[in-house]
Amino acid sequence: MEFHILGQQLVNGLALGSIYGLIAVGYTMVYGIIGMINFAHGDVYMISAYITAICIAILSFFGISSAAFLIIITLIVTIVIVSLYGWSIERIAYKPLRNSPRLAPLISAIGVSLVLQNYVQVSQGAKTQAVPTILPGVFRFGTETDFFQITYIQVLLVVVSFASMALLTYIIQKTSLGRQCRAVQQDPKMAAILGINTDRIISTVFILGAAMAAIAGVLVTLNYGSFDFSVGFITGVKAFTAAVLGGIGSLPGAMLGGIILGMSESLFSGFVNTDYKDVFAFSLLVLVLIFRPSGLLGKPLVEKV
Amino acid sequence: MFSKPNDPPMLTAFKDSSLVGMIALLIFSPISGIILNGYGFNTHPQTPIMLAFIVFIGRFAYQLAALTPWGQRLIQKFMLSKGKRGVYVASPGDQRYLWIILAILFIAGLVLPFYLSKYYLTVAILALIYVLLGLGLNIVVGLAGLLDLGFVAFYAVGAYTFALGSQYWGLGFWSAIPLAAAFAALLGGILGFPVLRMHGDYLAIVTLGFGEIIRLVLNNWMSFTGGPNGAKAAEPSLFGLEFTRTAKTDGHIPFHEFFGTTYSPNTKFIFIYLVVFLVACLMIFFFSRLRTMPMGRAWEALREDEIACRSLGMNHVTIKLSAFMMGAMTGGIGGVFFAAQQGGFVNPTSFTFFESALILAIVVLGGMGSVVGVVVAALVLTILPEMLRDFADYRVLIFGILMVFMMLWKPRGFLPIRRPYFTKEGQA
Amino acid sequence: MSDVASPTPPSPLLSVQGLTMRFGGILALNNVNFEVQKNSITALIGPNGAGKTTVFNCVTGFYKATEGQVILNDNGKTTNLRKVLGEKFQWSDYVNPPAFLERLYYKTFGGSHRVNQAGVARTFQNIRLFREMTVMENLLVAQHNHLDRNLIRGMLNTKHYRASEKRALETAYYWLEVVNLTEDANRLAGDLPYGNQRRLEIARAMCTEPKLVCLDEPAAGLNPRETVELSTLIRHLRDKHNVTVLLIEHDMGLVMGISEHIVVLDYGQVIAAGTPAEIEVNPKVLAAYLGTEEGDAS
Repeated sequence: MEFHILGQQLVNGLALGSIYGLIAVGYTMVYGIIGMINFAHGDVYMISAYITAICIAILSFFGISSAAFLIIITLIVTIVIVSLYGWSIERIAYKPLRNSPRLAPLISAIGVSLVLQNYVQVSQGAKTQAVPTILPGVFRFGTETDFFQITYIQVLLVVVSFASMALLTYIIQKTSLGRQCRAVQQDPKMAAILGINTDRIISTVFILGAAMAAIAGVLVTLNYGSFDFSVGFITGVKAFTAAVLGGIGSLPGAMLGGIILGMSESLFSGFVNTDYKDVFAFSLLVLVLIFRPSGLLGKPLVEKV
Repeated sequence: MFSKPNDPPMLTAFKDSSLVGMIALLIFSPISGIILNGYGFNTHPQTPIMLAFIVFIGRFAYQLAALTPWGQRLIQKFMLSKGKRGVYVASPGDQRYLWIILAILFIAGLVLPFYLSKYYLTVAILALIYVLLGLGLNIVVGLAGLLDLGFVAFYAVGAYTFALGSQYWGLGFWSAIPLAAAFAALLGGILGFPVLRMHGDYLAIVTLGFGEIIRLVLNNWMSFTGGPNGAKAAEPSLFGLEFTRTAKTDGHIPFHEFFGTTYSPNTKFIFIYLVVFLVACLMIFFFSRLRTMPMGRAWEALREDEIACRSLGMNHVTIKLSAFMMGAMTGGIGGVFFAAQQGGFVNPTSFTFFESALILAIVVLGGMGSVVGVVVAALVLTILPEMLRDFADYRVLIFGILMVFMMLWKPRGFLPIRRPYFTKEGQA
Repeated sequence: MSDVASPTPPSPLLSVQGLTMRFGGILALNNVNFEVQKNSITALIGPNGAGKTTVFNCVTGFYKATEGQVILNDNGKTTNLRKVLGEKFQWSDYVNPPAFLERLYYKTFGGSHRVNQAGVARTFQNIRLFREMTVMENLLVAQHNHLDRNLIRGMLNTKHYRASEKRALETAYYWLEVVNLTEDANRLAGDLPYGNQRRLEIARAMCTEPKLVCLDEPAAGLNPRETVELSTLIRHLRDKHNVTVLLIEHDMGLVMGISEHIVVLDYGQVIAAGTPAEIEVNPKVLAAYLGTEEGDAS
């Protein structure tokens, strides 16, 4: 085995995995609180990629070239707008369906996903979009010929992902808002009786999830540089896989699942076959669900009879 | 937000609608107002402003309507219709004359292809294929209540069974139908058995993953499936008669030579149409009857309450599996016809997730569980887009909006569900 | 209650031995032992949270007990109700192929439905009817395993299929008469008044031809008149249809009136068992219900 390739794949895997983890948070939180797969979440991430590109284009148009400034402004703008998307989607397509048959919100979510994809496709065209490289530069490890590299963007990506995960964990574990979220997750009815505005908490969860997807979108776009209107679908399913792998409903699980999935996918495409890396990820999903449906860190479900 | 408690209601409505309009503007602006162009951008401010204005007007009209008594009544009526279950028990003999309507429709369906141009023939065949697919998925989603988002996998398996089967083993059209059905059902069984015992929504995502796996394999296994270039299936034939100008297979004779008529490219499509039509009719009969048989009853019971079913000694896994396999089988049959309709040529781009979503839209708009509804929805959703070519770009957008709207408004479909009426002698 | 050292009277229909159930760290049931005699009416009582419904769920196969056995013994035909749910493989299975295969079989095809097939039917505390199906359909679904399910015969509407459906209808009408719901045969189950839904659920359970029927709070939400009718119905089931009844109930009037044997649970343990007269005066039971200085009974 060539160690520099292994090293490179692990670095790429870590970067990819942090992204999956960030997006998985949105799935895991929503599933935890209203027991629904937010099918449109992947497309929210896709929207954030577009907003990142638009933001960078506008800022560059005004002659701003400081990388730090560019990245911070883009992050803020993207988080705000994408959170607004998350909030509106919940408001329009899921909230009225709180007490309807089980399949209704799921189908509604698929509808939203189709709408978002097609809205972007019609407005922005089907072509692949790209952003310029903002933060060039790499750290190199190894000899002249056998080396692996970590780009500055990858470092930024991993640092920002972990920082935002830490922040989110802090919010959920330590703040009053987080306590309310956990209460609603445990027992929505009882939480409502105790005076928690469950609708507001559910909205908040959607906003938090969307914000995480927004961060992921900015980082991915800066890292890979190109995207199109359909990226949300595949990435969404993989992030969901990460959420399930880590144990749905668990925040650290989402991050752990993301990193495991990212690493194994990256190793698979480095050492086995690139064409089948998606097949590999999906097969992993099927296998996890069959053999360990509660995931690595999740609690086993007890059926209510 | 910025309305005060003692504002006149009109002003409150206006302020509220303005706020909603502003949010809409903020949401629409970046994507539809600023169009990326390389690393730069072009601005189209009129699009988001127009969209936001539509939202504002809609909201304002709603708010104003809510102020008037008739508007309130309308909203109340809407809320009531939403809450209604839309299930009724048949009264004995209420379908006495149904068979006359069915007979007329059947004959009309048989005669129709002889009056269609080649283009409309292919559209009609496609519509009937979607009727088949809709019926198949309807069993899984509508009756058994299992959300299958990878239904297209079985459709693809059917099409590729025919195409690859005729490429490698000389499989013909007629033998492909049962073989594809059996193969798709088998695959459904192998996938379903481990997956169906797990809880609820996970099934949706696993089937979605499975659908993608199948498509990716078809796309990447160049040496066997031909990859993105696709595969070619045999020409359909009837008792050794082919519908091409000259026979493609040894021992076959072209149809027009045998009957001494002139060659018409339509003949092949009329033939395919008639076969699909008859198969679709058979399936409609099959599934309507199934609903009142023990198996169909068990599916619906399972959708209503799985735990109760288990307490009654029903093996929920095998019952779900039977629905899943039955749906897969129908999807497989649909695939064979699709391959034939495409002039025998299939490639993986026909089997994307969008296709699954379209079939799901048919089932949802048809009212999940209603055979008539599914047939109507399949015909409308395939024929209408062909008629409205100008809106082709917005097709998916409209489907998506319809799906959300349908769930908000009538999650059980437009047609009420009819339950059978029983007397001591049997079903009336 | 100590170990099952007591001399076993003529074959109990159901015997629960050392039943223990843990949910995570919580010990919901701790070494529960009791027996249900054939053709008896046995009641399971106890304060809220005592673990009655957990016992029910273990007996009817909805929970897999952490430890212990649930044995159904019907006229010499013994079924281990825990085994049919499918158990984890043991190390010994890897050297004993027949045991391995048996466990594999139950893991693959086992489950709570097997418990019903063995002869245990149940109702639910929060009624679980097929609400959007008619009353008649509810009863037909319950006979699923006794019907002709052959697809081809059904499609062709053969004599055999018709006869099977006719028999099912007759059984259904019979039970509707027993629970006095014949008029409602063609109404949606969800549209029935509450009391009728309870009775329909009992009729539905009886359609599976059980040996033991477990009723989970059958009188909850019924008015006094309906409660009296219910106790008549339960007695009728036992006397005329040869079934054994195990019920959880809070209505002490009903319990004391109809049951021959009472098992009292508290904090996941059996604290007393005996005839109604014995239970009424048992100090432990009184303490559990009324509370002593150190315990709070709610």
